[in-house]
Amino acid sequence: MSTMTVLDPTDESVPQERPRAARPESLAGLTIGLLDISKPRGNVFLNRVEERLNGLDASVIRFQKPTFSKPAPVDLRHEIASQCDAVIEALAD
Amino acid sequence: MAAADVEKTLGPQLWKDPHMETLPDEGLVAFVKEDCPTCVLVAPVLAELRAAGEDIAVITQDDPGFPAGLDAVHDADLGLSWHNDIETVPTLLRRGGGAETDRIVGWSRPAWEEFTGVDGLGADLPEHRPGCGSLSVDPDLADTLAARFDGTGLVARRVEFATQEDEFEAMFERGWSDGLPLVPPTPERVLRMLAGTSRAADDVVAIVPPDLIEATVEKVAINAVMAGCAPEYLPVVIAALEAICTDEFNMHGVLATTMGVGPILIVNGPIRHEIAMNSGMNVLGQGNRANATIGRAVQLCVRNLGGGRPGEIDRATHGGPAKFGLCFAEDEEGSPWTSLAESRGFDSSASTVTAFCGESPRIIFDQMARTPEALLSSFVATLLGNVHPRLTGMDTTIVVAPEHMARFRDAGWDRARFLEELTSRLMVDVDDILRGVDGIEEGIPRGLGLEGAQLPKFREILVVHAGGPAGLFSSTFGGWVSGPMGSVPVTKEITR
Repeated sequence: MSTMTVLDPTDESVPQERPRAARPESLAGLTIGLLDISKPRGNVFLNRVEERLNGLDASVIRFQKPTFSKPAPVDLRHEIASQCDAVIEALAD
Repeated sequence: MAAADVEKTLGPQLWKDPHMETLPDEGLVAFVKEDCPTCVLVAPVLAELRAAGEDIAVITQDDPGFPAGLDAVHDADLGLSWHNDIETVPTLLRRGGGAETDRIVGWSRPAWEEFTGVDGLGADLPEHRPGCGSLSVDPDLADTLAARFDGTGLVARRVEFATQEDEFEAMFERGWSDGLPLVPPTPERVLRMLAGTSRAADDVVAIVPPDLIEATVEKVAINAVMAGCAPEYLPVVIAALEAICTDEFNMHGVLATTMGVGPILIVNGPIRHEIAMNSGMNVLGQGNRANATIGRAVQLCVRNLGGGRPGEIDRATHGGPAKFGLCFAEDEEGSPWTSLAESRGFDSSASTVTAFCGESPRIIFDQMARTPEALLSSFVATLLGNVHPRLTGMDTTIVVAPEHMARFRDAGWDRARFLEELTSRLMVDVDDILRGVDGIEEGIPRGLGLEGAQLPKFREILVVHAGGPAGLFSSTFGGWVSGPMGSVPVTKEITR
């Protein structure tokens, strides 16, 4: 048996590893983004989360994707990143 | 030496090119092979030329000892022959100043005498004899040599499987497969695949989600080889990949959704016959190479280039056949109606592929109807259940079978009449599909002011004619989220 050479079918990129952002010790005093993906009942979950966050002395900003079927637009992601200390994204159903 | 034996000598020198500019700068060079009777015939003439004081080098393609006594150089890997475009042996070159100045092929006494300036050559030989094919253009070797020596611009990383490694297992282990065995994408096979398109290997076909990777023609060809495509399918694979990678089709969402949908690919136009696609019996099933491998190649591109793998960005709960690849052709000749592509604005002379995001096919069963109205009623009853009886606004694709089509044809219904009758029967009373009606929670939310109104069941209906000559079964592919918020069907013209 001899060696066989084939061509790489992948994109050949090497994933860049980045550390996760540091987890906050406490939510008190932080600004938390709540991202609704625009699917039924996501708001039910996020409304309840917002109530709980208010009780923890965190402030909340609500965001919404235009559609659950596509990735969040870059501008929306930038808005969340620049305004919030952390984000909670709701799934749905 | 047989072609297979020559191939054995080729391995270690792959990708090296030690041969350019290795011919003598001045004088005559003869390319011969022992396997060619004309070369055997002219061997004494080569000796005569050397005896006459000509500076002649002899290159042998097969037997290193041929022709005896002339110190022939063995072109073991055929690099000299390939780089000097030798198509026939014997070929006699004249070189001057480090470059070829002239050549003749085969044996012709007058031509050789004029070419060399030496009279009386080969006195015992016939006046002329045609030459033989050069080993470097042997069909069994041509792709191997092209892969080795041609500056084809193939830039994909070379992956070498070890001697003891089984190449099929090695490809599974590297995660390249959809679960079925892959054809090893050797450089030779990829070059053959690339011959199926006029596009340059480094052309970017599409930006493939989810990783948004630029897919070059070369990378698409590699995946097409693995999928089992023949080279002439490549233009279809390219057009299909272009279609699903548009913003409109939204392949990222189609991949990521938990719903078991995928791209259904429908081919129209002359290319259906040129690549022998199936539009007839078992059209949505197995058994036809083009149908089976084109869709698979597209999905392998999504997997290997876009990085869309199940359990990662692909979150499908159940998945479906289009996740492996689902591609078929319309039976245009057997249809009394305009084709799907024509209904989408293309000329019948154009070859196209339409990508539709759909579920698994569901049968529309009706073996009793003898009128178009009765048959349409069965279509309506089945289609109202597409995806869910309470959901509206999605797209659907209907594959009308020939025996069902006969009902419409015999009554003189054309595509427009069919769609008109169908859509008028597919208006749904909102009051019947409000959330909570009959205990079903799915449906139109209350309080939107739609009570009392009617809504069309579908946003868009695609109609295709295909299937075997017998069988009173049509099929429908339910859609996914439709329109700009989801996936819109996309048709692309197929160009070579």
